[in-house]
Amino acid sequence: MRKIKEFIVENLILICGAASIFFVVLIFLFLLKEGLAVFQTESPFKFLFGKSWYPISEPPRLGIFPLILGSLLVTAGAAVISVPLGVGCAVYIAEVAPVKIKEVLKAGIELLAAIPSVVLGFIGMVTLVPFVKTVFHLPTGLTALSGSIMLAFMAMPTIVSIAEDALYSVPKTYKEGALALGATHWQTIWRVMLPAASSGILAAVMLGIGRVIGETMAVMMITGNAAVIPQSILVPVRTLTATIAAEMGEAVVGSEHYFALFAIGIVLFVISFAINVTADLFLHKRQ
Amino acid sequence: MLKRWLLVMIAITCATSALAAKDKNSIQIKGSDTIVNLGQAWAEKYMEKNPTEFVAVTGGGSGTGFSSLISNTCDVAMSSRNIKEKEITLAQKQGVSPYEIKVALDGLAVVVNPANPVDKLTIDQLAGIFTGRIANWKELGGKTEKIVILSREVNSGTHVYFKEHVLRKMDPNSKEEFAPGALMLSSSQAIADEIAGNSAAIGYYGMGYISPKQKPVAVAKDGASSFVTPSIENVLNGSYPISRPLFLYTNGTPAGLTKKFVDFTLSKEGQDLVLATDFVPINPSTKARD
Repeated sequence: MRKIKEFIVENLILICGAASIFFVVLIFLFLLKEGLAVFQTESPFKFLFGKSWYPISEPPRLGIFPLILGSLLVTAGAAVISVPLGVGCAVYIAEVAPVKIKEVLKAGIELLAAIPSVVLGFIGMVTLVPFVKTVFHLPTGLTALSGSIMLAFMAMPTIVSIAEDALYSVPKTYKEGALALGATHWQTIWRVMLPAASSGILAAVMLGIGRVIGETMAVMMITGNAAVIPQSILVPVRTLTATIAAEMGEAVVGSEHYFALFAIGIVLFVISFAINVTADLFLHKRQ
Repeated sequence: MLKRWLLVMIAITCATSALAAKDKNSIQIKGSDTIVNLGQAWAEKYMEKNPTEFVAVTGGGSGTGFSSLISNTCDVAMSSRNIKEKEITLAQKQGVSPYEIKVALDGLAVVVNPANPVDKLTIDQLAGIFTGRIANWKELGGKTEKIVILSREVNSGTHVYFKEHVLRKMDPNSKEEFAPGALMLSSSQAIADEIAGNSAAIGYYGMGYISPKQKPVAVAKDGASSFVTPSIENVLNGSYPISRPLFLYTNGTPAGLTKKFVDFTLSKEGQDLVLATDFVPINPSTKARD
């Protein structure tokens, strides 16, 4: 009787595990099936590097280079803001903060993670966009910079939690050895603990960035959605995610526009996948 | 405890999904964001008069309405533009035959910030602005400020209508597009909000969205015509150059509940609602409203 129960439970768990991989593979195959169809009428090179995105014209011009650059610019901007802040916060929580402040800070970061991203986008649209417009004397505040700042808020909780975990898992002997040899607290942190935790911190950064590059609603509301190659961070951009969200409702099933949007999905999938695989490699290197 | 809770949840799900099954007493209307408020007003009034029937209205843009009609996920598509040839072909491939019903008229207002001194433009100047050829307000007699172009997204019938009638001036061979630097905003309300806060912005939307926070520009067909402001009278008498019909599309001639609803929209009550939501009724006899 017990053996049968064991058998059932073990196989149930096996099916659950296999199911998740199965679904991911199915999603990827569906993306490929719908997305690759666009390359029957458009060359991959012109699609990936074309500079004009006019999908409803006759004939449609499907060049996603401005969109790729838009996504990368907004993500890079968010990384530049959130990585120093996030890692700094993690160091503070792990090493420097007194216990009471540590608890409050950790709760605060969890709260930040709990705010839905569309709410952050809405707040950004109403407060940050006019602010950016007046501070930088721009024609409009709907820019990549506004997008980057709000996305940094979304990436920070991920970076802080995982980097803090990485710092905690540095063996105590490293820290004690350094202090015993006469290093100051800061010297210990900067020259011993951070390098020791570096692969975990890099994994944290990658995961934070992975979240940011897939963000849709917030960027759609505050980056201005102009499909033009950005000359600086203070201009409107259009991201891959916002393009799919804005245009999918209109694209008739089976039209070239529809296939093109799925192809954009493939590009996004590949970028996110690369980021997550890198993060995974770093995490495993640590162990 | 958990088992009981689980059973109750399953029971509720089954019960509600049975209710949600598509029944003959409901229709789904999807499409133009320009018309969506009017559509909802119609639906509410209609359901008041026919309490056993249910009308659901969603927006998403005229393009979304057409693609839903073609995929058979809605009964009526609202649209602020004509259906395209490509959409008709795709529809016929899916066994859907689109049937067009004109239900109202709308003037497309071009709006600027109230602080902008420019208040009249010709269609040529509008085309120059929105394609990016004219880049600064000083070329039009305004302040020295870079023009910020606001547009709707590509799923919007308003976007397509503006492109065909103003940028391309109804020339089927024209290849004019909105300037790549034009900001694509997701709704007419988003355009209204940005114009209210930005002195260098120019945008377009249906007349119904004009409020004191934006200033509509008087438009002239060409250099020789007079400048006309968007208003109900000017749309009805044809003097406002950028006015367009608003449509409902159905699969084949309307029948059953769909026909009842379409007849309602064309009735006096329906056209009164058209007027109440700041559009122009197509039946001039219902215009009498002092």
